[in-house]
Amino acid sequence: MSGIKVEGLAKVWGDFRAVGGISFETKPAEFVALLGPSGCGKSTTLRLIAGLETATSGRIVIDGRDVSDLPSAERNLSMVFQSYALFPHLSVSENITFGLSVRRVPKAEQARRLARIVDLLGLGTLLSRRPSQLSGGQQQRVALGRALIAETPVCLLDEPLSNLDAQLRSEMRNEIRSLQRRLGITMVFVTHDQTEAMSMADRVILMRDGLIEQNGAPAELYEQPASVAVARFIGTPPMNVVDLEPGPGGATIAGADGPPLAALGDTPLQLGIRPEHITFADEGFAAVVEGSEYFGADTITACRVGAQRMLVRTPGKPSLSPGAAVKLHWPATAAHLFDRDTGRRRPDAVLPTQQDTGATGESL
Amino acid sequence: MRAGRLAGSRNALTSALLLLPAAVLLWVFTYQPIVTTVIDSFFSTARGRRPSVFIGSTHYETMVADPVFWKALVNNAIYAFTTIPISMALALAMALFVSGKLRGRGIVRMAYFTPTVLPMVAVANIWLFFYTPDYGLVDQLLRHFGGGGANWLGSKETALGALIVITIWKEAGFFMIFYLAALQQISPTLMEAAALEGASPWQRFRRVTLPLLMPTTLFVSINAVIGAFRLVDHVIAMTRGGPDNATVLLLFYVYQVGFGYWDTGYAAALTVVLLAMLALIALFQFGYADKRVHYR
Ligand SMILES: Nc1ncnc2c1ncn2[C@@H]1O[C@H](COP(=O)(O)OP(=O)(O)OP(=O)(O)O)[C@@H](O)[C@H]1O
Ligand SMILES: [Mg+2]
Repeated sequence: MSGIKVEGLAKVWGDFRAVGGISFETKPAEFVALLGPSGCGKSTTLRLIAGLETATSGRIVIDGRDVSDLPSAERNLSMVFQSYALFPHLSVSENITFGLSVRRVPKAEQARRLARIVDLLGLGTLLSRRPSQLSGGQQQRVALGRALIAETPVCLLDEPLSNLDAQLRSEMRNEIRSLQRRLGITMVFVTHDQTEAMSMADRVILMRDGLIEQNGAPAELYEQPASVAVARFIGTPPMNVVDLEPGPGGATIAGADGPPLAALGDTPLQLGIRPEHITFADEGFAAVVEGSEYFGADTITACRVGAQRMLVRTPGKPSLSPGAAVKLHWPATAAHLFDRDTGRRRPDAVLPTQQDTGATGESL
Repeated sequence: MRAGRLAGSRNALTSALLLLPAAVLLWVFTYQPIVTTVIDSFFSTARGRRPSVFIGSTHYETMVADPVFWKALVNNAIYAFTTIPISMALALAMALFVSGKLRGRGIVRMAYFTPTVLPMVAVANIWLFFYTPDYGLVDQLLRHFGGGGANWLGSKETALGALIVITIWKEAGFFMIFYLAALQQISPTLMEAAALEGASPWQRFRRVTLPLLMPTTLFVSINAVIGAFRLVDHVIAMTRGGPDNATVLLLFYVYQVGFGYWDTGYAAALTVVLLAMLALIALFQFGYADKRVHYR
């Protein structure tokens, strides 16, 4: 069983650095999501691992073997392309067995493996069709079948679900995940959909501008975001991030005369709180309701605190009308502090006496 | 009900009127001449005071007994079976060559395409010089290897071959353009997927590129067949069918009979045979091959 190790991997086009020297390691049979906004270098990273692009620098090790200089065919991995890349002139079964047939695997062996894959993916009735005669979801399963039949220990997937509708997408998510578990494959899954990454992956690698912003379990990214970028990328609606400014006794929300929230440091700070961790209470930060959106199970209320805007997510129907004065309350552990200049997390800036101020200590 | 039918017929009238100009042109310049040709082929050629009279299939019987016709047919078959596959294979090879990452490929593409742009008569003149005995380029080159002195266009054995070379030289660049366009339509991801699955460059060509080029191959082959029967400018300019009918092609023979001997009736009969052959080939290509070639 094999994991992937990437060391200082970089890809430069002209003077544009698409991937800026990233390092990470996956455990065998792990499901890793490469997450990030469009253009951050996810696909490039995947293509570098697959050997479809040559790295400017860095090393790629798969299963303890340095594959950096090997052509993609010899890296012992399979890939599902974003556009599926099915061969339009071949039938479903020919598409799936293409790799086996060019590698001259005996016909009987091909048939045996094909039967297994077809069974696994429910493609039984489609075997003689051409890709153009399939629906998007069926094409995707064929692409997956072509990748899985090789029985390689590593499988790379580049946004394979992006062309599917919501229903099919959630079905395929479950299918891919359970397949991965059953077959014990190491999967690297590129997506720009944070819910997809959070719900499927054992580990999420969040990228931005060609660099890794954070690498950790989904819960880690949610609970301990390493930077403002991570904080704002994970969660719907994204985390509230407001500027703090010096006040008496410590830094507080800019424009609000509330209690101090953080120690006064040498650099300006930002405070992050998830909308779902804020409640309306009798005590807390004074705020004015600006409006609300109703989503069925919950309501998102936009409030103005000092000069800043914060979203509050509460269960049920909206009960507050615009202009209403409210008090916002959150547990101290829900507050995240970031350096405003670098955007990095500042765990050191927490006020020692925070428990005594507007935000009382409650565990999450 | 009535109003609907009226509107319907008005609509049909409008469509018919809109179609009329195109239909008239098509009829006048394509179908009417074909019909007239077929009719003419059953009439004798009017000469002096003798008017044209119906003679049934006499022209066709003449044709069967006409050694020049058979010579032209055989020549044309040789000509087609050599120029078509060679020029298409060459076109594909050139297209593969210049579609890759190649320094100065724009210039190479242009160089390949240039022969196509030249009129056949100009090409014929250039090659007349190439083929000139002793002074021509071909002989000058051959002299270095101890050859030369051959009269390429003047001897029965080599004249048709000389014309075939010219045709390939001229047609390959033209077909290359189609292959080049088709190659550029093939998604590079497909090639990446094939490579990742372990296909060698040859397997990628044989199992992915070539099948995906089949629609283009069909199209090009139809053009090539038509070209093999239609292009006779170089015969007129270079050999006039000689020596000893060694380079007579069907269309050239039609031209010779019709405008050299002014036997328009016989020329019409020859034309009918030529047309029938082309129609049969086209029917086969579209009817049989077309089904096997398109994947969508
Ligand atoms: N062949 C190339 N030449 C130059 N720049 C490129 C090339 N391929 C990609 N890039 C650039 O590299 C950056 C990263 O591209 P990449 O395809 O990895 O993004 P991505 O994270 O997959 O985005 P998306 O989510 O939109 O697919 C982009 O800014 C892109 O413009
Ligand atoms: Mg991408």
